[in-house]
Amino acid sequence: MSLDLILRVGTKLILPFIMLFALYVQFHGDYGPGGGFQAGVISAGSVILLAITFGLGRAKRIAPPAIVDRMVPLGVLIFAGAGVVGLLRGRNYLDYAVFHRDPVHGHEWGILIVEAGVLVTVAGTMIALFYAFVERGR
Amino acid sequence: MALLTLLAVVTLAIVRQRSLFGVVVLFGIYSFLMASVMIVLDAVDVAMTEASVGAGVSTVLLLAALHLIKTIEMRQSRPRPLPLLLSVVTGGALVWGALALPPFGVPDSPIHQHVAPRYLQKSIEETGVPNVVTAVLADYRAFDTLGEATVIFTGGIGAVLLLRRSRRDAAAREERSR
Repeated sequence: MSLDLILRVGTKLILPFIMLFALYVQFHGDYGPGGGFQAGVISAGSVILLAITFGLGRAKRIAPPAIVDRMVPLGVLIFAGAGVVGLLRGRNYLDYAVFHRDPVHGHEWGILIVEAGVLVTVAGTMIALFYAFVERGR
Repeated sequence: MALLTLLAVVTLAIVRQRSLFGVVVLFGIYSFLMASVMIVLDAVDVAMTEASVGAGVSTVLLLAALHLIKTIEMRQSRPRPLPLLLSVVTGGALVWGALALPPFGVPDSPIHQHVAPRYLQKSIEETGVPNVVTAVLADYRAFDTLGEATVIFTGGIGAVLLLRRSRRDAAAREERSR
């Protein structure tokens, strides 16, 4: 039981930092290592850690399965949709220059949108996989 | 060199290990070693992915799979010559092919001659993103990354559909347990 206590307190202490680190990896990916994929895995990892120490119910309260299931296709749609914007504005598919008057700024915006799409799909897939495994085991 | 030796030792340990729980733990160690190798090779983004996916999420999923199949011990199998021969031949062919690669880090090898110099020189003025890895992944090679995202989507959906019980299935179990 005492080990359990250490786990619970330790998890509570470390969880906010893991989630913050995921956001850092996501938005600092333009400057340092990281990006949508890594941030997605880290944020999924924080939900999985919560589920392991505090039970599936607590994890499902912050990441409801209905939302997680929708995240899996939503990210791909964000990514593909960012490409369609280029087509609608008379440019090539996935041409990011359309997102801003200044083409270089447009590229920065495009990268940000696309990375967000990757984050949503990766995080959704990892959490959905974990839920599927755990519920199968019941 | 020390890292590669450790990798070989861990691989041998995985092959020799009979307890599946031990295999999962060794897989995690293997992934962290691989991440260290990637850091030594200056591929920080890959190292991050390897550490988070290989040592983090897949360890959890493998443990969950162990829980599902409810065995922790692997059956002792007879040594079978044909698969052994096949993998030795494949491994030998890979080593033989790797011998013909240009030496590591030589600037005039073909891979550094094609589009890489342009990416390195132009990526900041064209995309405004200092991390060239992000610029290549999300901008120059956005099509490939879209394909990767689709692969993750397809794989994830497929695995979840296989694992999740259908509503009818769950109702039938409920009926039987009553």
